[in-house]
Amino acid sequence: MEAETVTNLELFRKETRAWLIENCPKSMREPIVDLSEVYWGGRNPSFQSKDQQVWYERMLAKKWIAPHWPKQYGGGGLSLKAYKIIEEEMVHLNCRKPLFSFGISMLGPALLEFATEIQKLHYLSEIIKGKVRWCQGYSEPNAGSDLAGLQTKAEDMGDHYLVNGSKVWTSYGDQADWIFTLVRTDFNAKKQKGISFLLIDMATQGVSTRPIKLISGKSPFTETFFNQVKVPKSQLIGDLNKGWTIAKYLLTHERQMIGSMAGHQRKLSDIAKEQVGLKEGILNDTILRIEVARNEMADHLFELTVTRAVDEAKAGHHSGAVSSMFKYYGTEINIQRQEINMALRGSSGLEWEHERSANGFEARTFLRSKGNSIEGGTHEVQLNIIAKKILNLPS
Amino acid sequence: MTLILNEEELMLKSSAKEFLKEKSPVSLLRKLRDTQDDVGYDTNLWRGMAEIGWASLTIPEKYGGLGFGYVGLGQVLEESGRTLTASPLVATSLLCTTALQIGGCEKHKKSLFKDIILANATYAFANEELQHHNPDHIETTAEKIDDHYVITGNKTFVLDGHVATHFIVSAKLQGEVHLFLVNAVASGIHKERVIMMDSRNSADIQFKQCPALDILSGGATTFHKTLDIGRIGLSAEMLGCTLEAFERTLAYIKERKQFGVAIGSFQALQHRTAKMFCEIELLKSIVLKALQAIDEGDEPLALWASMAKAKAGETIKLVTSEAIQMYGGIGMTDDEEIGFFIKRARVAQVFLGDYNFHLDRYAHLHGY
Repeated sequence: MEAETVTNLELFRKETRAWLIENCPKSMREPIVDLSEVYWGGRNPSFQSKDQQVWYERMLAKKWIAPHWPKQYGGGGLSLKAYKIIEEEMVHLNCRKPLFSFGISMLGPALLEFATEIQKLHYLSEIIKGKVRWCQGYSEPNAGSDLAGLQTKAEDMGDHYLVNGSKVWTSYGDQADWIFTLVRTDFNAKKQKGISFLLIDMATQGVSTRPIKLISGKSPFTETFFNQVKVPKSQLIGDLNKGWTIAKYLLTHERQMIGSMAGHQRKLSDIAKEQVGLKEGILNDTILRIEVARNEMADHLFELTVTRAVDEAKAGHHSGAVSSMFKYYGTEINIQRQEINMALRGSSGLEWEHERSANGFEARTFLRSKGNSIEGGTHEVQLNIIAKKILNLPS
Repeated sequence: MTLILNEEELMLKSSAKEFLKEKSPVSLLRKLRDTQDDVGYDTNLWRGMAEIGWASLTIPEKYGGLGFGYVGLGQVLEESGRTLTASPLVATSLLCTTALQIGGCEKHKKSLFKDIILANATYAFANEELQHHNPDHIETTAEKIDDHYVITGNKTFVLDGHVATHFIVSAKLQGEVHLFLVNAVASGIHKERVIMMDSRNSADIQFKQCPALDILSGGATTFHKTLDIGRIGLSAEMLGCTLEAFERTLAYIKERKQFGVAIGSFQALQHRTAKMFCEIELLKSIVLKALQAIDEGDEPLALWASMAKAKAGETIKLVTSEAIQMYGGIGMTDDEEIGFFIKRARVAQVFLGDYNFHLDRYAHLHGY
């Protein structure tokens, strides 16, 4: 794109909208009920429908799988403003993401910042082509909120690292091809100082996973075990023992992602109108009416705040700790929303196994939301970060 | 439109901060209160504010104003919220200048704006009739007699009502609400000053067959738009008040030692402080967005106004209450300035509609 005048951006928005309408198949503009319906790519990719394949291939050809990544790695080379316009228009038209990928949302940003040119050329283009499905290996059974206490070790064996240990809460670990992980490489250094960032092929001998069943009855996470796993040294990202810097950078992205996930749901007030009805133009439950209004307003204000943070970042004011605010507040809004949704639905929201309630979709979504204030750093950890890093309160 | 201030607005904000810090610290409000000042604000200070253009920020250039817009006025209001400055900024510049700009005729604008700009005239917005804000409940009536209107009714919670040279009065003419311009020395006006918790001016005003100078055009539209702009501007002032109370509290808990350590090291206080920080960030976003919406003509303004005033009311209440709690016993004393903040907070929260009013309105605007 040429100079980014307001006029140019408005023109770009119009063109983007027209292109999306023209190219996004109708079924790819319907809401996603379950993440198993979406395209994740990977070594053994399976498109669930012809439309899904067409949509992915068109976006790939358009270079809009990662519109803001540099062109040499397969990205679209667009500015953040243009990228945001594409995102906004996709949300506006309910277009699904053509590729769901932790490679794009989480690993990619870290590679762009810390990887060597050779690593970037290799891994980033693989991500965009959807050839590798990535998962994240951070938490361990004894290192949750205290992440830096992790014990999985990688020993220097000359031409490779030998990895032993286990990870927990690996999202879709049983379906991923590769894992980006934090390992201890200096056993004498203090906590954060001896950690490195390592990429591991899950097909390597000695890697295994075990699903974790949640209170929602679903298993989106696994435990991941490393038993005498040989990892080539070329798969180390950044400097040895400097992995904590990358981890922090990535967690910032993860928090922003979790925090802003709530945005694309059905309006709570529409659900309320449907479930409890209106009486003389007012929701037929005055207490729930207030709760719905509080939640919708908070959601609206939160989105404005995300916009403001983006605008401020573009103007050069950036604070990493602000991501803790987004993670805390965004998830809190979603947790409250799920509570109100359950209250609106009464006993029908509690159905667990019946076709008419999509096998407990509401109940399971509600239970899953309880994890929002734990994963990616608990509420309490986020509040600690805000208190210490932004408000400079003493220890 | 990006959600950040431009260079000019940033400069205005920082000059406002400097000016008010020097000329109008919180101690000035204390002095006005303790000396039981007849006017209720410092008239010299207001002249000074007018000289640097603050009375003319939103007045178009063709009437001699600065045409700076509401984002600009909002920055000055925000800074005046930090220093708890009592001045005609709210009643004259925010509410009545807005009503005149929307509904005044050319002839009036030319002459009246000139007097406002020079600080020769101040205005009061006479609207409330009950103890709860309710723009649908107006019993004051206007009647057309020959070629002029006469007003009859009782108004309360009228800011600067006892000292203003003019009133803008809401009244019903044949069942429809309109705004009327009234000279404060007209016949049939009885004023009674009522000092409020925040030590600022308020008055009960009785109009008995009082002749109006004119009717403003636009009827209910002008009336509601004026209220919405007033709510947004007031939210900007409340943001400043909230920020100052928060920053003072933060500084205090870093200094104050108990059990041999700064009380700010306790997680019980840290988490509450962090939560307040988040709420304030949301308030900042909506205040700026709403101010921009006025300047850009972004509709529906009612929605932005209710979101801003609801959030401002909720946040200022939280932060000033927590301020007293975290200051502890010293926060309960009149010697410590933090008490002035909770007092201003409560009055501003109720004026032009409290949190409940605006949350209810938000739901109505969304069809539930």
